[in-house]
Order: sequence, then structure tokens, then C-alpha cells
Amino acid sequence: MSEQNAHAQHAEGKHAHHIVSPKTYALILLALLVGTATTVWASYVDLGIWNPVIALAIACTKATLVVLFFMHVKYSSKLTMLTVLAGIFMFLTLIGMTLADYISRAWGQW
Amino acid sequence: MSESTIVKLPDQSTARIPKMNYLSKENGILSWLLTGDHKRIAILYLISLSFFFFIGGALAGLIRLELLTPQADLMATDTYNKVFTMHGVIMIFFFLVPSVPATLGNFLIPMMIGAKDLALPKINLLSWYLYMAGGLLALYTMATGGVDTGWTFTTPLSTHYVNTNVLTTGLAAFIAGFSSIFTGLNFIVTIHKMRAPGMTWFKLPLFVWAHYAASVLMVLATPVVAIAIVLVALERTIGIGVFDPTKGGDPILFQHLFWFYSHPAVYIMILPGMGVISEVISTFSRKRVFGYTAVAFSSVAIAIFGFFVWAHHMFIMGISNYAVLVFSLLTMLVAVPSAIKIFNWTFTLYKGSITFETPMIYAFGFMGLFTIGGLTGVFLGVSGTDIHLTETYFIVAHFHFVMVGGMLMAFLSGIHFWWPKMTGRMYPEKISQLAAVVTFIGFNFTFFPQFILGTLGMPRRYASYPPEFQILNVFSTAGATILGVGYLLPVLYLVWSLRYGKIAGNNPWQATGLEWQTQSPPLTENFVKMPIMDHDVYDYEWLEAQQEKEKEVASA
Ligand code: HEM
Ligand SMILES: [Cu+2]
Repeated sequence: MSEQNAHAQHAEGKHAHHIVSPKTYALILLALLVGTATTVWASYVDLGIWNPVIALAIACTKATLVVLFFMHVKYSSKLTMLTVLAGIFMFLTLIGMTLADYISRAWGQW
Repeated sequence: MSESTIVKLPDQSTARIPKMNYLSKENGILSWLLTGDHKRIAILYLISLSFFFFIGGALAGLIRLELLTPQADLMATDTYNKVFTMHGVIMIFFFLVPSVPATLGNFLIPMMIGAKDLALPKINLLSWYLYMAGGLLALYTMATGGVDTGWTFTTPLSTHYVNTNVLTTGLAAFIAGFSSIFTGLNFIVTIHKMRAPGMTWFKLPLFVWAHYAASVLMVLATPVVAIAIVLVALERTIGIGVFDPTKGGDPILFQHLFWFYSHPAVYIMILPGMGVISEVISTFSRKRVFGYTAVAFSSVAIAIFGFFVWAHHMFIMGISNYAVLVFSLLTMLVAVPSAIKIFNWTFTLYKGSITFETPMIYAFGFMGLFTIGGLTGVFLGVSGTDIHLTETYFIVAHFHFVMVGGMLMAFLSGIHFWWPKMTGRMYPEKISQLAAVVTFIGFNFTFFPQFILGTLGMPRRYASYPPEFQILNVFSTAGATILGVGYLLPVLYLVWSLRYGKIAGNNPWQATGLEWQTQSPPLTENFVKMPIMDHDVYDYEWLEAQQEKEKEVASA
């Protein structure tokens, strides 16, 4: 098989398996490690109510990076992205509506 | 053959079961235990599900026997708690959730969309093994002392107070949950990726639409209950404190997590059944399902709305009054798509040429009983009436109407309807019609009195009750024995028919689905050549034209 031919095939299959360069993986890994270190450091600083907020924000960012790059969602079909979004939407519903109960409990009777 | 039936069996003196089929392909126990064939896995599920159903049924028999008299005299009260808990756990996690999807769905979805198998055959087999592992673990826990929290594992009871086998039972449900996630995932991928040429979304049988919606629920909701169970386990073993107020936790949080799964789970249980009913009603009234698109989308609507109503199980548990208001309103809404289905099936019957074969009798049972079950659900969704009715026998009656009157009827309807396809032989019609009627009568005797008991205030989950409730309880227990006969009969005659039933031929019901256009029992590859969907779904005229053509070819 000629070189050119192989190349054309590669271009066709691009949507199915995008090849992520080792450099990208290394960068993401670095970002995750920095995130972990920051989380540990921040937990020693007393920021009051902001402690959990910061910890959660970092955790969410890290999760997003993993999903987008390590799990290849960034390079996947629209259907795959929709599937991921459905999961996130359900998760937000769970958290949102449960929190709505906790917040409004303090309002007493109506 | 009489006028009142559409069955068109081949000439029995010459008819043969095709030599090559998925059952005869390979022999030996290993060829079953290591199979990747969706049809064989469906049969494995059918056998194991029936086994668990009869264990759950025996426990139900014990409950009804205890309730025959007002005193707790048959068993100790804490034994009674274990019996109803194990009844619920086995029936819900090991029978109702997998019932139709794992058997009929597994067998039929690939055939209906014109595929050779599910997209992920090994995962399919794995999900059966997980199911068995979970089920056997549940039985093991039962043998070693059982558990008495109720199937809902409610905290703080489950985390702080009881010392029965909460952990192992939880683990059993956890494992079964993954079995269900894998099944759902497999169906979603298969329906997206494996449809035959010409099989567009709006030519899919409604059975497939219903399973698609149920699969989305399985994949999105089940992980939450898995997490909830893990949290209970961690709370019990190392006291992490998420459900413990003294450590800043909240026991009601467990119920949020649990019902976030378990309300959608009731739709996991009913949607596949609704799919069966659509196929059966259409076939036995010889008409396209009225409002096909509305029925298809109502499945999707049920799946979506089903996620927003969970707190209606917690109205009196101490959640905020405002949350009660919102969830009560949303609960009213979720009844709408179910009603759409009932109305559309009724319109399908209108001016159809209806015949009363067994699957149709079960389907009629479904329509009546599910309607009552669904409507009483609305009573419970109204927060005011719920305060009176919750935790009484009214709830017990409500969910048995939807789960037993609805889902179990649909399951039996579907098993009878596709039995000729699965085995190549007919079940005996007269006795099975009798069984269907016996089930219906037994069901009503068993569960209708419980609505009255509930409104009178008899609480659920107690072994004893005030003597004035006895008459209705006797009715209920008597009905349960009739119901038991109704469920034993099919086991006997279906097994009998494996050997002595009439040869069914490809399409005894003259149905239009692709699964009926191939031999019974099917080949391992389902179709000789890849089918092409060149006609509309439920197109009975196409079927007639097709058969005319075949006749001409044969006579030429
Ligand atoms: C069609 C609309 C439906 C509505 C509006 C509805 C509403 C409700 C409500 C409000 C409750 C809670 C009652 C309480 O705890 O006080 C309830 C309980 C229940 N429902 Fe339904 N329901 C519907 C359909 C179904 C279906 C289709 C199933 C199952 C196939 C089902 C199974 C159950 C179960 C198992 C419980 C009791 C759970 C327990 O506490 O053990 N429901 N329903
Ligand atoms: Cu519910």
C-alpha cells in the first residue's frame, strides 16, 4: 500500500479515532497534578465558606479535563457529546432539586 | 378454524420445526453458559427470572397467610419484617426490573430492527452473570438471617438501628444494578447503530421505542442508587456521617438519592410492558397503533418527566413545604403521557377486527388494571390526600395494580405472544385463556380490598391489625390463592407445549414485525439475508400483499 493511500485512509478514519499527541496528554496530566496540589494547599488555609467552594471548583475542572481529553469526548461525535450532556443534566437535576428542598426548609409554612 | 381467531397454523401433518435453529445449533450446558447469542441469553434470563419470581411469590404467600388473622400468630413479628423485605427486594430487583427487557427485549430487539445480534454480545452475557451473582447473593442473605429494612433500605433504620444483613443485601442490589445498566447500554447502542436498511426511527415498532426510553432510565438513574447503597455501607461500617445529623449529615438525603433512582425505576418496570401491549393490541385488532408518534414520544416523555417527581415518596418525611408543592404539581404532569398511551390503545381498538387470543386477554387486563393503578397514583400525588393515604394499604394496592396488574400482565401477554417465535410451538389456547381470566379475577380479589383497607387506615408493614379489618384481609388472602393458581397454570402448560404444542410456523398471528417474517425458532443469525424495511410499521396491507405474492410464486 502506498504511503499516500495510507494517509488518505487515516484522514477518513479521523472522526472515529482521533490520535491525541503525547504532548497533550502530558499537559493535561500536569494540569491535574497542579489541581491536586492546589486542593491540598487550599485545605490548609482557612477561607470559611469558600473552602468547599474552591475544592469543588477544582474537582469539577479536573473532571471536565478528564472527560474531554482522556475520554476523548472533545473529539467524539455529537451523539456522544449529547450522551455526556444527558448525564450532566441529570446530575444537576439531582443536586439542584435536592438543594431546593434543603434551602426552602428554613422558610417554614406557606 | 373458527372465525373468531386469526391464527393460521401450517398443516400439522406435514409441519416441521426447522432443523437449523438457535436452539439446535449447539448442544451441551457450556454452549449455553458461554453463548453470545441474544436469544439464548434471553432464555437463560427467562428461566432464572421465573425461578426468582416463584421464590418471591412463596414469600408473598407467607405474608398473606400471616394476615389471615388479626394477631401475629404464624411467625414472630421480626420474621414478618424480614419476609416482606425479601419479598420486595426479590420481586423488584430480581424480577420486575429485568423482566420484560432481559427476556423479550433481549430476544426481540435485534430481530425487530433487522440485526443479527445486540451490539455488545459479551456484555450481554456478563449482565446475565451479574444478575445471577446478585440474585444468589440475595438468596444467601435470606438463608443466613435475612434483612428487615423494607426494600427501600431507609436510613437511619438501615444505618444505625438494625443489625441484620443490610450490607450483603445492599451488595446484591448493587450488583443487579450493574446488570441493568449493561442491558440498557446494550439496547441504546444497538438501536442507534444496528438498524437494517430502511428502518428509520419512525418505522421502529413501539416495543423498541419503549425499550429505548427504559434503557435511558437504566443508564442514567441506576448509578445513583448504587452510590446511595455504597454510602449506606460506609455509614454502617465506618460512620462517615452523611446520613447522621450528629455529624452534620441528614437521613432524608438518603431518600432523595434512593427515590431519584426508584421513581424512574418504576418506569423502567412499566415502559417495556407498555411496549408489549402496543404490539399485542395492534396485532389482535389488525390495525396500525392509533397515534403512533404520540405513543412513541409519550415513552420518551415518561422517561424525562419521570426524573422530576421523586420527592412524592417523601411528602411526610420532613421535606420543605415548598418542595412538596412543586413535586406534587410535577407528579400530576407525569400521569399525562401514561394516559396518552391508554387513550391511543383504546382508539386502536375502535373499529378494529378484534380477536381474543390469550395475549389480548392479558392486554385487556393490563389496560383496566394499569388505569386504576395510575389514577390512584394521582390520588397519592395530591399532597393533601397523600397525608392520609401514605404508608397505608392504599399504597400497597396502588403499586400492585401497576406492577402486578400492569407489568406482570404485560409480561405474560408478551410471553404468550412470542412463545411460538421463541420455541416454534403454540401454547394450548383454551387453557391459557382460562389462566388469563383466573389471574384477572384472582388479582382483583387480592388487591382491590387493599384500597378499602388503606382508606380505612390500615397501615402497611405490620403483622397484626385491629379485628374489624379481618373480613377484607380474608378476601385478599383468598384472592391470593386464586392468583397463585393463575400463575402456576402457565408454567405447567408452557412446559407441556415444548413437546406437545402444535407447530407454529413463521407467523401464526399474521403480525407485521420483522421478527415474524423469519422462521420459528429463528436461526442463530436471525435472518437468512439482511432484511430491508421497505414498508411502514404495522402495515397489514403490505403483509397481505406479501403473502399473495408468495402464493403465486408457490403455485407457478
Ligand atoms: C402513572 C402515574 C403514577 C403516579 C402519579 C404515581 C404516584 C405515586 C405516589 C405519589 C406514590 C407515593 C405514595 C406515598 O409514598 O405516599 C407512589 C408510590 C409507589 N408507586 Fe406509583 N405512581 C404512578 C405510577 C406507578 C408505576 C407505573 C409504578 C410501577 C410500575 C409505580 C410504583 C410505585 C411503587 C412501588 C410505590 C411505593 C413505593 C414504596 O413506598 O414502597 N407507580 N406512586
Ligand atoms: Cu414515584
